[in-house]
Amino acid sequence: MRKLFKFHGGVHPSTHKAESTRTPIAKAALPSKLVIPLHQHVGSRAKPIVQIGERVLKGQVIGIPESHLSSAVHASTSGTVSAIDTQLVAHPSGLPDLCITLIPDGKDEWIEHSGVDYKQTQHSELRHLLRQNGIVGLGGAVFPSDLKAYSHKHKIKTLVINGAECEPYITCDDMLMRERASDILRGAEILRELLHAEKVLIGIEDNKPEAISAMRQVVQSEQYERMKVIAVPTIYPGGGAKQLIRVLTGIEVAAGVRSTEKGVQCFNIATAYSVWRAITYGEPLLSRIITVTGNVDHAQNFEVLLGTPVNELIAQAGARASTDKQIMGGPMMGVQLPSDQVSVTKATNCIIESSPALFPPPLPALPCIRCIRCADVCPAELQPQDLFWFAKSNNFVKVEEYHLFDCIECGACAYVCPSNIPLVNYYRYAKSEILSREQEAQAAEAARERHEYRLLRIEREKQEKAAKLAQKEKAAAAAKAAVATPALIDADDENAVQKRIDAALARAKAQAAANMPKNTDALTTEQQAEISMIEARRAKAQESASSEDKN
Amino acid sequence: MWITPFITKSSSISQIMLRVLLALIPGIVLYVWYFGPAILVSLTLASITALATEALMLKLRNRPLKPFLSDNSALLTAWLLALSIPSLAPWWLVVVGTAFAIAVSKHLYGGLGNNPFNPAMVGYAALIISFPAHMTHWLTPNALGGIELSFNEQLNYIFNMVLPDGRTLDAVTMATPLDMLKTQLHLGRAVSEIREMPIYGYLAGKGSEMIALGFAMGGVYLLLARIISWHLPVAFLVSLFATAGIFHLIDPIHYVAPLFHLFSGAAILGAFFILTDPITSPTTVKGKFIFAVGAGVLTYLIRTFGGFPDGVAFAVLLMNICVPLLDAWTQPKIFGKKGGGK
Repeated sequence: MRKLFKFHGGVHPSTHKAESTRTPIAKAALPSKLVIPLHQHVGSRAKPIVQIGERVLKGQVIGIPESHLSSAVHASTSGTVSAIDTQLVAHPSGLPDLCITLIPDGKDEWIEHSGVDYKQTQHSELRHLLRQNGIVGLGGAVFPSDLKAYSHKHKIKTLVINGAECEPYITCDDMLMRERASDILRGAEILRELLHAEKVLIGIEDNKPEAISAMRQVVQSEQYERMKVIAVPTIYPGGGAKQLIRVLTGIEVAAGVRSTEKGVQCFNIATAYSVWRAITYGEPLLSRIITVTGNVDHAQNFEVLLGTPVNELIAQAGARASTDKQIMGGPMMGVQLPSDQVSVTKATNCIIESSPALFPPPLPALPCIRCIRCADVCPAELQPQDLFWFAKSNNFVKVEEYHLFDCIECGACAYVCPSNIPLVNYYRYAKSEILSREQEAQAAEAARERHEYRLLRIEREKQEKAAKLAQKEKAAAAAKAAVATPALIDADDENAVQKRIDAALARAKAQAAANMPKNTDALTTEQQAEISMIEARRAKAQESASSEDKN
Repeated sequence: MWITPFITKSSSISQIMLRVLLALIPGIVLYVWYFGPAILVSLTLASITALATEALMLKLRNRPLKPFLSDNSALLTAWLLALSIPSLAPWWLVVVGTAFAIAVSKHLYGGLGNNPFNPAMVGYAALIISFPAHMTHWLTPNALGGIELSFNEQLNYIFNMVLPDGRTLDAVTMATPLDMLKTQLHLGRAVSEIREMPIYGYLAGKGSEMIALGFAMGGVYLLLARIISWHLPVAFLVSLFATAGIFHLIDPIHYVAPLFHLFSGAAILGAFFILTDPITSPTTVKGKFIFAVGAGVLTYLIRTFGGFPDGVAFAVLLMNICVPLLDAWTQPKIFGKKGGGK
């Protein structure tokens, strides 16, 4: 028996996983339209490369990665592009984002595609394939996998494959492991190769005995000597990357530290599955397994095309009238969808139909009595009661000092709080306040530098001009002295002088016009709004990419 | 904006406080058994006063009544204070103490969750400083064969301050075991001699030692139910025991055995019910240890060398002052940042 480690705290909410594991994964019906967001991953948004009205094939790239930290987006089926515009998306910000709307033609016609033998292929080429096929972390963080599948100086000893799935209600990983263990492990083997990892530890919570035995069977039958399937205790948030790494290896990865620096990398089992499909068959990430559960007639897992509208998906599980909202993810860390019209993305692992009976509205909060039940369950070993106190009083210096940014927002603290205080919301508030203040400070600093540089430049130009003038005068004087003839210019001819001044002015004007950027003036307000929104998103993506790469 | 998580564990302040109240019941039953039902009168008086004061203060502070009146915290303060006051006290003593505890030490500091001092102990301190004589009328336990007062006679004293003909206050009350010990030591008697006196039992004062055991039972229930953690009570009792033990070892003639201290006065009640008030005690493990050890040492010093009959209340209040500092100083290392600051 392998020695497992513990992490501090954790909670045991009732899991509600049985409801959605009674039937195998079903293929969701082809929807009437697909609304495919171009930003389904951490990093910059993919750039659309199709035109409205264009016919696209299944698997065809419709958005190309626009920077190092980005990923490709594909047409999930064949059909016609009907719109490229901003729409509501399934994102916690609630902001609309650029999407490509596709009307399926029902033929589901593939683009020509083929895979490679990963053993015969250069690692850099494999990583390129992952990027081109839009492979990102499917555990929820949607970080581009190509950037994670890299071991600097072969320092990674352990590859952790995350099949813990600790959030209540969600069973998509469970079902994928039960049904497609072999492909998952093949993908894990590719990732192991890419990382030069010595061993692969596959952590699955012990409330999924079917998945554990399915995975163990394949490890044995396909003789993966470096792999081990490990049953880990069922405790929330045991499936958080940091927590699972801790449980399996004893290593604690602090906030702001990459696990790779400690010799560990972590991928979700569904990501491993997509890696195998992408490399071996050249299949881009077009669909994923999504649990549809909660207030529905038959909770079930579906294989869903990315871009499928949530309401069309729910209808297949038997929507109920008493539903008042949709939650994407689990009840602990999930996101309330802005509408059931939004479409599923690479980050959608679960849709819970919520009703007031299922998740009653929170009771009014009472004051904190410092009972520290929150601190007892905090997996990051923080003092949530202190963080709450400082966040509430807008003491942002203190709240950071008390390690606010180590908070993983798992919600265990709020779950146990006898005063019903929405603790996580306070932490999110404090985090966003601090970040926006930092950005403001940075912007002010940049403006100050620009201003100082401008002053410097004006001063320098003045001096240069003066020097030039002095030189000219000197030269003129010298020439005058040398020739000792009357000036060529007739000083009396005022007309001639004026003409030359006019000509110089016209030249300067023309030059100024040429230097002016042509596409930024005369923008409509809509365009301006869009530009500023894009800027905001870009900043946000960069910052979230740098702060966290959990999977 | 939505609130995550969407699910919560069903627990509430009122539930927690209710269980603490329940845990006091074994001690209260034994109290009635040994000293008669007068204590039930003080508990009732204190409860009514606490709720009325709470309601009045909430009204004055423009706060909703229902969630705070039903949180049971005022009741707990009332019960703890009533148990700290002699049960044969005149009714207004209980009322004044409870009203002071709730109005001044709780609401003037911001109400539930914001009071730096334990309200019950503030109430007790206010009473013992203002009405020291009334605070010494501890009933003689039944088993001592003292003159027993009927319930009616007890009531008559509590509300009218009238005793039955021919009875004096001295005849029906006595000094507490701790007080008696102190006075007798002053008179030059040895500890062993004093312990032979009829008011003392196996561990400490006859009757009161049993009540302490009742509170200890309740305390164990709170530990098992995970309402309180073991750190505060254990550290406090060990600290009190050790301090008393050191003095006893050095000079057993003048310093009583440590077990006596544990079962005297409010030590057990304090360990499980007063120090463990989450609002006024530290949140970190290290902080809890320092807090409880400090309270234990102070309790012993005040009892042995101070002028008050018991030291728990003042020890707790003195340590309450240190809580914000203790919390700030004893912040534990967090996940991933333990080994060598990495």
